[in-house]
Amino acid sequence: MQNGTEPRKHTIAVLVENRFGVLSRVAGLFSARGYNIESLSVGETLDPTVSRMTLVVRGAEFVIEQVIKQLHKLIDVIKVTDLTEENHVERELVLMKVNAEPANRAEVLRTVDIFRAKVVDVTPTTFTLEATGDEQKIDAIVELLRPFGIQELVRTGKVAIARGSKARVRRSEEKLGKAKAADGALSQDPRIVGFAD
Amino acid sequence: MKLSGARIFLECLKREGVDVVFGLPGGAVLPIYDALYDFAGLKHILVRQEAAAGHAAEGYSRTTGKVGVALVTSGPAATNLVTALQDAYMDSIPIVAFTGQVPTHLIGNDAFQEADNVGITRPCTKHNFLVKDGSELGTIVKEAFHIASTGRPGPVHVDLPKDVLVKEWEFHYPERVHLRSYNPTYEGHPGQIKKAAKAMLRAKRPVLYVGGGVISSDAYRELLKLAELTQIPVTTTLMGLGAFPSEHPLSLDMLGMHGTYYANMAVYNSDCLIAVGARFDDRVTGKVEFFAPNAEIIHVDIDPSSISKNIQVHIPIVGDARRVLAKLIEAIKEEVRDDVPSIVREARKQWHAQIAEWKARFPLRYDWDDEVIKPQYVMQEISNLTRGEALIVTGVGQHQMWAAQYYRFKYPRHWCTSGGLGTMGYGLPTALGVQAAHPDMLVVNIDGDGSFVMNSQELATCFESRLPVKTVIINNGYHGMVRQWQEIIYKERYCSIDLSASPDFVKLAEAYGCVGIRATKPSEVVPALEKAFVTPGPVVVDMMVDREEDVFPMVPAGGANKDMILDRPGKAVKERAAKSQTGF
Repeated sequence: MQNGTEPRKHTIAVLVENRFGVLSRVAGLFSARGYNIESLSVGETLDPTVSRMTLVVRGAEFVIEQVIKQLHKLIDVIKVTDLTEENHVERELVLMKVNAEPANRAEVLRTVDIFRAKVVDVTPTTFTLEATGDEQKIDAIVELLRPFGIQELVRTGKVAIARGSKARVRRSEEKLGKAKAADGALSQDPRIVGFAD
Repeated sequence: MKLSGARIFLECLKREGVDVVFGLPGGAVLPIYDALYDFAGLKHILVRQEAAAGHAAEGYSRTTGKVGVALVTSGPAATNLVTALQDAYMDSIPIVAFTGQVPTHLIGNDAFQEADNVGITRPCTKHNFLVKDGSELGTIVKEAFHIASTGRPGPVHVDLPKDVLVKEWEFHYPERVHLRSYNPTYEGHPGQIKKAAKAMLRAKRPVLYVGGGVISSDAYRELLKLAELTQIPVTTTLMGLGAFPSEHPLSLDMLGMHGTYYANMAVYNSDCLIAVGARFDDRVTGKVEFFAPNAEIIHVDIDPSSISKNIQVHIPIVGDARRVLAKLIEAIKEEVRDDVPSIVREARKQWHAQIAEWKARFPLRYDWDDEVIKPQYVMQEISNLTRGEALIVTGVGQHQMWAAQYYRFKYPRHWCTSGGLGTMGYGLPTALGVQAAHPDMLVVNIDGDGSFVMNSQELATCFESRLPVKTVIINNGYHGMVRQWQEIIYKERYCSIDLSASPDFVKLAEAYGCVGIRATKPSEVVPALEKAFVTPGPVVVDMMVDREEDVFPMVPAGGANKDMILDRPGKAVKERAAKSQTGF
């Protein structure tokens, strides 16, 4: 397609059957098309037969549209939602082991305090910290602690949920015209009219 | 009722209405073959290489509309089958392939003949299953057939560990299955259909561009009706051949890289392109910027991910081609009430006149020769002798394109060719699957000398299983299509294309118990074909054709369809005119 916009980050929530092999189907879909996943996290939902994946993908509008359609095409995928288009909350958790020599301990703790992070393990020379927040916050705390020496760092990748009282997982289908058609009230100008598989 | 997994498997196939299975036994599936020993009502055809089982299932499926079934063992058998799975995936052919697997407790242990079958087939199937619990076997088989045959059809693979086949399980075969995550859309959106109907009537230079989806959804009657009602000319893709009768006045024949000049010019100049069950493949579009650049594009497809994948579509309609076309006909009748407006009729007349002019100026043509057999002539004679009624299968290469160009198609589901994947060696195994489904019909496998040898061992299957496939080898002693590209695009730097060291195909046929016939002169073509078609049993005709004939017209890869190469570069126009032989 010719009218692709500038690439930008999209946070996509995917509900899938909780079965073996599903993760590799999703990962394979991305690798087969040369799309890059920036982060991916998976966990069970309220319904133990369903898992929810949060994918962060960078791409132009038409690439993301293909990604969503291709995800829908996987037999084990139940719902796909592009959360980027709406008001939502994103969080990431980071664990890091930071050098904490006596001279620096107070300064490190102050930073931890400012970011409402937690010390989860202490040794005479290190703190192990836990911090949660959106991407910018995590990036900021990492940058501030870097001068003290970060020995090890692990990030979970993003999880995201829409704001408001309603579950919004149907949103992307509505955008593409299917949900409305199914409800009987036909949208006037759908871009795509439903999903085959 | 408790049964062994192997027996459950066979009962499931029977209940699914499977009458023939193409397969090859081995260690991991021996329990199934043991159960098959005294199982009534299921015919097994023993192929000679596992890819052939998959292709045969494809041929069976394409010509019957039913799901084809292949059954092979673990490890190397499964990896051999992969080509056929990807072939079926690219061409949306519903087959279910079963492979054996090492016992569940050995999976991952590098056991004998072990491979990660589901890992390997995952990207080349619509869906796949590993059966870990035999009590789920019935449901999984049912789901496999359901997924393969609904929505956009495709191959499904089921991996069967040996211990699951041996152990006894409670037999349960569900009447129907429901998958909450899989609900194909069949009905097109009424608002979109109305919009499409208006656009088609408004258009001055519309073209219908139809693909394999019209055949797989059996929409050819609706297509004919729609084309005649609106007087819109129809061009088909390689996969769509047979969806619209070649002899129909509205037919533009095939479009794309080796399509007709008039089809490509009509698409290029169209102001409204109605794509039905086609996916804007690169071999069809050429350079996308020049594909129907001024047309409003309507796209009917059951797979939403096909829409706006390669080309921006203006009016997308997701749904089953047959149902959407039926609704489209209604919508158009509604729009025009009793009469097509005279403005539309006038515009169509001009458009038809323009197309007629293109057809007259640049029909399909080749140079006749009294001494050397021209491959196009062979295609014309196969078409004449079979009156367009035979089941035609091809390999991949020049002969495939000549068959597509010169065979006059009358019916859908009479044509099997490897479209998307371009699998050489596809011809013979597919043809035997077609013949197994239609024992009394004439099945002609038009093959190339390069393509044929990739699966020539299947002559043994044809002989043993009494499958009287008639193979016509268009023998030019080259990998012809590669030679053509090296000639035209790589400045005649020929490399690794000469096949003159091929076996004597007549003797090869005879070695397999088949009949071999050779033709070396144009005058021998018709007698050889006539003899082949009336001789019982499998026959191979070795057609010694012009070694350096090329397929024209041609759009070089990545070029624009409007810039077709119509003939060999540099050839004198005068010489051409003197010996010109046109197509139809």
